[in-house]
Amino acid sequence: MSEPYIVVNDLAKRFQIAERDPGLWGALKGIARRRYRTVEALHGVSFEIGRGDLVGYIGPNGAGKSTTIKILSGILVPSGGTCEVAGLTPWQSRVEHVARIGVVFGQRTQLWWDLPVVESFELLRDIYRVPQAHYVRERDELVELLDLVPLLDVPVRQLSLGQRMRSDLAASLLHDPEILFLDEPTIGLDAVSKLAMRDFIRRRNTERGTTVLLTTHDMDDVEALCSRVMLINHGTLLMDGTVADLRSDRRRVVVDFSEPVALAAHHSALVRSSSGERIVFEVQSRVPEFVAEVTAAYPVQDLMVEHPPIEETVAALYQQVRSVDGTGIRE
Amino acid sequence: MNSRIFLAIVAVRCRMLLQYRAAALAGFGTQLFWGFIKVMVFVAFYASAVSEPPMTFAQVLVYIWLGQALLALLPWNVDKEIAEQIRSGGVAYELLRPVGLYGFWFARTLAFRLAPTLLRMVPMLAFTYFMLPWVGLAEWALPPPASSAAGGFFLLSALATLLLSTAVTMILHISLMWTISGEGFNRMMPGVVPLLSGLIIPLPLFPDWLQGVLFWQPFRGLADVPFRIYSGHIPASEAVLEIGMQLGWSALLIGMGVALLTRARRRLVVQGG
Repeated sequence: MSEPYIVVNDLAKRFQIAERDPGLWGALKGIARRRYRTVEALHGVSFEIGRGDLVGYIGPNGAGKSTTIKILSGILVPSGGTCEVAGLTPWQSRVEHVARIGVVFGQRTQLWWDLPVVESFELLRDIYRVPQAHYVRERDELVELLDLVPLLDVPVRQLSLGQRMRSDLAASLLHDPEILFLDEPTIGLDAVSKLAMRDFIRRRNTERGTTVLLTTHDMDDVEALCSRVMLINHGTLLMDGTVADLRSDRRRVVVDFSEPVALAAHHSALVRSSSGERIVFEVQSRVPEFVAEVTAAYPVQDLMVEHPPIEETVAALYQQVRSVDGTGIRE
Repeated sequence: MNSRIFLAIVAVRCRMLLQYRAAALAGFGTQLFWGFIKVMVFVAFYASAVSEPPMTFAQVLVYIWLGQALLALLPWNVDKEIAEQIRSGGVAYELLRPVGLYGFWFARTLAFRLAPTLLRMVPMLAFTYFMLPWVGLAEWALPPPASSAAGGFFLLSALATLLLSTAVTMILHISLMWTISGEGFNRMMPGVVPLLSGLIIPLPLFPDWLQGVLFWQPFRGLADVPFRIYSGHIPASEAVLEIGMQLGWSALLIGMGVALLTRARRRLVVQGG
């Protein structure tokens, strides 16, 4: 990590949610006396991100990812804690701050629904005061890299999700921001669009040195892009490390035997599944020894060693937290 | 916000809203129909008047036809897109743009008032000014301005009306942040605005004891002032003062809007996005 560029310290955010009992009686009671429930979306989150870093921010739905992004982008004021992005407090110097960042929310377009894509771009050029020469250069590069040529004259409402996301990403970068916040940029995209999206984000990060904070549910995004991952749940940061940290030291050994075998019980592995001649083992460590043992004892036709999918590890982590915490929502 | 950004937003919104030509055409038909009914009502009133009315019939005609032409300028409804943004919380995302929210919305709102007005005004003025005399209804046609000075002041006053109307519409928009559904305040406006602006009955025809109240309220600047400047009922010598009052009300309402939006934003921020 280079010099700290984004510094978040003990960030907290509480929401008041009006509640009422179900049914007509509940509605009537609600008129007389409103009951509020406090939901803690963030609960003392601290981290630092260096200039030019590409950091993944993961966690289950409702964990506080989007709330963090909204605070960092200056549209939400936290209930407590401090936060500095490139020397500015986002919600205090909003106009100055948002001019330097780009934000994409995968769930919501920021383009103008009824306008052709290129007109949205031109309006953004005016709003961000991008000089015409800069604008033309940036637009042409983005249009080429994100394959937007056929989309430029199409109204946003007629775009497919993949096309819209590419246009949204381009729109967030026209003013060449130093920082890019991406909130689930690959949600709902097909495999090809996801790959294109990842490739683009990686290039932007390495070639321009744009600092990127990315939230996602797709562990492939994280594996492909992020050297560093932060995992949040129930508004608390649970893990801040590398992708390798997310992987356990377990390996999966897939063995195809040339004939059905009866396994001896003493092997130091779990049988995860077996179907016909194929048996999938899970091995904690000492993989070479296990492989030697199996090939010596049985007629082996083929053998593969793989990482367990990172999703499983992450799901296990989410699960663990839930059982420690006891309840779904902290009240 | 600088004027270039402001104009860019206005231009883009206008271009979008100018697409709704079919609605404008339908609106033209309806407004023409109501215009004729009003004209006939006043023909009957003036035929049976026992004393000298405070406006000539020609001045009433100006009032009616300009009223029908500029109906869309009245601040009686809200921009559905802005209303939807407030309802869905999308307003928070507007804060991602490096511009002040009031100016940003003011530009959109100005376009929202201007574009439909332009679409309806042109055919209505053409029809009532040129077509009616041509088909032999000259006595019901829109008369020309009282003088060239009256015409010039009318244009200035109409621009002030656009400003005033936008400022009132902004207050409606901002009030949506309190009453999410847009009921209440916004239900009231279609009743209050046409009456107090003079669109239902020209303000000079109200009883004398009401004239003081009617004079000191902002809605007069939406219709009564520009229409009477055009017809010469307000002499050119007083036009500057009247336009000044329109601008004064606009400034006051803009100030109110900015203050309300600042308060509303604090609420919004507390509630979350």
